[in-house]
Amino acid sequence: MIYNTIQAKEAPSNTKGAIHWLKENLFSSILNSILTIMAFYLLYMIIPPLINWMIIDATWSGSKEEITKDGARWIFIKEKFHHFVYGFYPEEFYYRPNLALVLTFLYIYIFRKTNNKNIRYFIFFSYPIIIYTLVAGGFGLEHIETHKWGGLLLTIVVATVGIIVSFPIGIILALGRASNMPIIRTLSTIYIEFFRGVPLITILFMSSVVLPLFFPSELEFDKLLRAIIGITLFQAAYIAEVVRGGLQAIPKGQYEAADSLNLPYWKSMGFVILPQALKISIPNIVGSFISLFKDTTLLLIIGLFDLLAMVGLTSTDSNWLGFETEGYVFVALVYWAFCFSMSRYAKTLEVKFNTDNK
Amino acid sequence: MNKDIDIIKFQNLNKWYGDFHVLKDINLNVKEGERVVICGPSGSGKSTTIRCVNHLEPFQEGQLFVNGLELTEDIKRIKEIRSYTGMVFQHFNLFPHLSILENLTLAPIWVSGTPKNQAIETAMHYLERVKIADQADKYPNQLSGGQQQRVAIARCLCNSPKIMLFDEPTSALDPEMIGEVLDVMVELVEDGITMICVTHEMGFAKQVADRVIFMDAGQIVEENEPKAFFENPESERLKLFLNQICHH
Repeated sequence: MIYNTIQAKEAPSNTKGAIHWLKENLFSSILNSILTIMAFYLLYMIIPPLINWMIIDATWSGSKEEITKDGARWIFIKEKFHHFVYGFYPEEFYYRPNLALVLTFLYIYIFRKTNNKNIRYFIFFSYPIIIYTLVAGGFGLEHIETHKWGGLLLTIVVATVGIIVSFPIGIILALGRASNMPIIRTLSTIYIEFFRGVPLITILFMSSVVLPLFFPSELEFDKLLRAIIGITLFQAAYIAEVVRGGLQAIPKGQYEAADSLNLPYWKSMGFVILPQALKISIPNIVGSFISLFKDTTLLLIIGLFDLLAMVGLTSTDSNWLGFETEGYVFVALVYWAFCFSMSRYAKTLEVKFNTDNK
Repeated sequence: MNKDIDIIKFQNLNKWYGDFHVLKDINLNVKEGERVVICGPSGSGKSTTIRCVNHLEPFQEGQLFVNGLELTEDIKRIKEIRSYTGMVFQHFNLFPHLSILENLTLAPIWVSGTPKNQAIETAMHYLERVKIADQADKYPNQLSGGQQQRVAIARCLCNSPKIMLFDEPTSALDPEMIGEVLDVMVELVEDGITMICVTHEMGFAKQVADRVIFMDAGQIVEENEPKAFFENPESERLKLFLNQICHH
């Protein structure tokens, strides 16, 4: 018995369309329908008043005395904007961090476009020096002491340095913990468990109060530098655990294939194991970086004024009392924008590195 | 090539996993250019035996000589022995984040220091041989199992091995893909590479092997040239085994 080949037909129309989608997803059962209606009611309760307050009834310009509407008074943000962004950085030198930011984008652009290794090396090694000189001073530029840095500038400096430096340290620690060599494994484990077992606040206190006790008084480290080192060491322990999770997900066969091809340890890690382990770890690594970004707010307790702390500070200005709400909403939006961008960037990386169905 | 030289020599090799005695007094000599097929029920130590040759598995007692060198725990010695052995795995073990071409050129470039152009040329040559050159820029997961295994074979060949170890190369494949992989392996015979192959493909053993070895419970039970091995098995265990696999 032979059967004829059957041509593919279109799917029945009642499985498509907006109505069908609504039925399937929002009103599939009584419980689901109730939940849907409640959710829409909640949105209705929240969103219109919020839009009224933030946009329609908001005061966008003019002076404090002319405020007539009862929405958000964004003029506070306008007035204090430079404090939120630069802290106490001297106003005549604002151009320096600005230039650093522009240079950063320029460098990233060139780095991605060029195929020349030497240019890449040059950018890689000159970038930190140039940025540091621009922001902190030196080589003829006036020194701006770090206790004057503040606001978003401080947040970005701490988060960026923390992220960039903790990442390689974390990878090394993860490899150390997965190593066959007992001493290296034990040392890595002790390090990781120590830093994971201690709150960040403790680390910051130790770096700002306890650490100087161990150094002679003439050898004084900058407070910001100490804080950054503390945050970096702390973050490295978390990255290490995230990467170790990725390493454990790599099948044994990959190690065996690398071994049978005679790849030496570092090449086998660098070309075979880590690219795969890091790829699976992207969501968690970025998750760690997002928490690091938000953890920079803890700098307040050692007397450094990051973006969040600047709101608290500026709202004690006797001319601008009672404007905290606008300040905190603004800052929340800024933090959200940064964290959301990181999260989206992680998503594009995941898609980019996906070799399963390219 | 000298057909009289034993390129691999197992001498009273014993191996334990903890307290479990996996390999018992393995004595096996393989001549240069010889094709040996190892078969036996699962858990009999076939894979473990060939994985000792390139030290993916360490052993505790006895000696193993590869190309005249004794395999010890010395890293340099292990690396030297690995430099002339290639291994094909049951699950291919291609690197999924690298393209087919990159899979093939990785070791030549970074282990042997072959210039990139030359490595690519060699890689393309072997991809032609396994009839898959048109897929060079794809990634392993875009290929069928049979294609992936052929790539894995080509990856070994790029390092010009003297010995190829096949660890159940067709066991993870869909039935219709087994043939294409076996065809490639049969062609390798012409190159005179020494082959040890753990497989249940008895047709392949009959067609290609110089010798077939039957292992059970960690020891070599019987070995013979293929015709006698399949037609006149001596031991009861082999008779039973052949009976079972022929009933499929």
